[in-house]
Amino acid sequence: MTKTEVLTWKIGGVAGAGQQVAGLIFAKACSRGGLFTFDSSEYPSRIRGGLVTYRLSISNKPVTAIYRSTQLLIALTQEAFDYCQPDVVSGGVILYDSDTFKPGRKGFDGIKAYPLPLKKLGDEAGIPPLAANMLAIGATVALLKYDLAIVRQTIAEVFRDKGSEVVVMNQKAVQAGFDYARKNLEPGKFPFTLSPVKNRPADKILVTASDMVALGAISAGCKFLASYPMTPASPILHDLINWAEKSGMFVIQPEDEISAIHMAIGAAYAGVRSMTATSGGGFALMTEGLALAAMTETPLVIVEGQRPGPATGLPTWTAQGDLAYLTKAGHGEFIRVILAPGDAAEAYELTGQAFNLAEKYQIPVFILLDKYILEGHQSIAVPANNFKIERGEILTEKDLAGIKGYKRYLNTKTGISPRAIPGCRGGIHLANSDEHDEFGYSIEGFSAKVVAEQAEKRFRKLSRLLAELPKPKLFGPKKARLTLLGWGSTKGPVLEAMKDLPQVNYLHITAPWPMSESTMKKALQGQRRIVAIENNFTGQFAEILRGQTGIKVTDRISKYNGAQFYPDEIVAQVKRLITSKG
Amino acid sequence: MAQAKDFQTNNKPTWCPACGNYGSYAALTQAFAELGLEPHQVVMTFDIGCNGNGANNYRLYGFHSLHGRTIPVATAVKLANNDLTVVALSGDGGGYGEGGNHFLHACRRNVNMTLIIHNNERYSLTTGQTSPTTRLGDKTKTALVGSIDQPLNGPQIALTAGATFVARGFADDTASLKEIYKRALTHKGFSVVELLQPCVIFYDAKNIRDEYRSKIYKLDSKNWPTNNRQAAYQKAGETARLPIGIFFQEARPTFESHFKALANQTLVSRPTEKVDLTPFLKELK
Repeated sequence: MTKTEVLTWKIGGVAGAGQQVAGLIFAKACSRGGLFTFDSSEYPSRIRGGLVTYRLSISNKPVTAIYRSTQLLIALTQEAFDYCQPDVVSGGVILYDSDTFKPGRKGFDGIKAYPLPLKKLGDEAGIPPLAANMLAIGATVALLKYDLAIVRQTIAEVFRDKGSEVVVMNQKAVQAGFDYARKNLEPGKFPFTLSPVKNRPADKILVTASDMVALGAISAGCKFLASYPMTPASPILHDLINWAEKSGMFVIQPEDEISAIHMAIGAAYAGVRSMTATSGGGFALMTEGLALAAMTETPLVIVEGQRPGPATGLPTWTAQGDLAYLTKAGHGEFIRVILAPGDAAEAYELTGQAFNLAEKYQIPVFILLDKYILEGHQSIAVPANNFKIERGEILTEKDLAGIKGYKRYLNTKTGISPRAIPGCRGGIHLANSDEHDEFGYSIEGFSAKVVAEQAEKRFRKLSRLLAELPKPKLFGPKKARLTLLGWGSTKGPVLEAMKDLPQVNYLHITAPWPMSESTMKKALQGQRRIVAIENNFTGQFAEILRGQTGIKVTDRISKYNGAQFYPDEIVAQVKRLITSKG
Repeated sequence: MAQAKDFQTNNKPTWCPACGNYGSYAALTQAFAELGLEPHQVVMTFDIGCNGNGANNYRLYGFHSLHGRTIPVATAVKLANNDLTVVALSGDGGGYGEGGNHFLHACRRNVNMTLIIHNNERYSLTTGQTSPTTRLGDKTKTALVGSIDQPLNGPQIALTAGATFVARGFADDTASLKEIYKRALTHKGFSVVELLQPCVIFYDAKNIRDEYRSKIYKLDSKNWPTNNRQAAYQKAGETARLPIGIFFQEARPTFESHFKALANQTLVSRPTEKVDLTPFLKELK
């Protein structure tokens, strides 16, 4: 492998030709061999045609980001060749589908390009065109000197449900590609090697953050999901529909996002843990529902998967552009929590926490992610299902029997009023979007004292809530020359970059809102130079930090072109900052 | 046994004197009582509007939602707890305008609940603007020379969208309205009742009542074929005279009956506890 001990493999072709499926087979085969992987797919907002790439960074240590430098590229079309070739490192190899195109020779010094006649090989082996990608996987395995038996086994497991014919056909295809490469492509001269790990670590899974939000929701006892499809949040809907029979969760795809959030609110009011999932544009439609949940004090979990906006933006690409919006979304003033997982493992943990916070404080809680981690597969340890389910103050019929004249919005010291669930005798009340008295009945401004009391009651939850939010996590040395400050999915690329930046540390924020001034001041105390790194134009977290605490970051690293950060570009930018003013 | 008054709070209604809402309120609470329901077994969701302000007056589990959103809230309450009797209230603005999409899809979906649409042909709580059902030529604050948009016919839309129970009632005829409500509440599926409700403020109080009374007639409950969607559509489209009663009713499996997860136990009665993740983790290796 390379100096960084990460090898990146990339395949590019047209949409609908199955690169992602083939790539995932290869990723799973690496994972089964004890290796760690991180994958990422670039694709257009269309189903057939157009350029699609699938990229896999592989290491024998955990890898938390996709790398740009590519050691082995499979180019199935000229367009893919032109787009991907600049990232191929010197000494790298390109295999191109010589039955489709012949690349010009200019512009790839130090890179070897070999023909891979996919149609001819497929015809000879009797394989349909759809399996051509598996030929490329076979050739890859040969060049990297990886274990073909593991790949064959992976195919058998992944395609088991599709029947033995599919398994055999795919196994035949990898074998044919493998044999061709052995014979024609000089694997011995290829400088990069992938070896299965001898002492394989304990069970791993290869998951996206979507998978882990879905799994986290199941673990947290969520029983109701209402979600309208929108990239990049749809995989959560797909997972939970696929798992519904086993999990017992009720999943519904309603007519629009407005319905989705109101259904999630209705189910929560009726007493079950419920959730909705969407992207920024879908959440824009849901915004009135956010305010409804807040006013009625109905617990609600909302997953927001960011993609670049405004408007339709770049539907299948990534950004961190919605944080500021979520902190203020909804008319009027109310508490909401934003949790921002940085990776698949955090997505699981924070989903569990989201349900507890929503129910304990009877407030809306966001899980804010983005396309990069929602769709990128990452090898992680199997999560321990050790969630402590805290449902907050819910009154049983027995409790209610002891209460005369139950008040749903009782003005308590904590601001939290015990809930009664519909169907329970003794608990009838009105959950009300109008400002209301303690019983829930609508009031007017004539009852000024009660209006103020209810507003104060709802905000009284804040101090306890702040104390319970996940704290910032510091990675790297305690004191450093430069401190990177980020939230959500920038974590992975930053952690990879830090392998080359020993004098830098990273403060990772998983609960960007609401912000505790004292927590942030303590976390940043003594750090010499704070650099906010964000996948947006305006430095939204840096702005929130300044507004809430007065702390100004020294510099900002921003990226807003639809792609996530690459470790090498973070390294370069940080080094530039250090030498320019350090 | 609960009485109608057990479903009524002591809060003073905000409705204008002689408002059609009083009739519906009396009929619905009486229907609950006669069906042997207890207040804690009923959930009502409310829209925004004059009828929605009635949220203060119903003594049961109420959820006063936003404009147009009464249906999705009610739908999910029913899905979460199938044991509850669920009634969504709306006006013509919330039901056919702001919440029109929810209305269409709720008719298709056929969740076992009741939707009552108070149709007074105006946005009355916002001081009388044009609504989706305002008649052609009617002058309002926002239709100075008379409404030019073709009014929607709610029951016809419900029939076209696949509702399994479609009826129309008249707010002043409390006795027959109560019977319609009882039939709607006991129907297994999505039942739609459109309520003709005179607004005595934005119409001439006497004229509007006289007009309704002269035009309204009851469907012959013995002989009207409630199993004929086409006939119901035609009947609901009459404008010279206005039929009230049950236009259409059919038995179709409810939305929730398609889900094993809801078959034997309500979602809410299933404990929220640790789940074995093994079957899901297997797929993620």
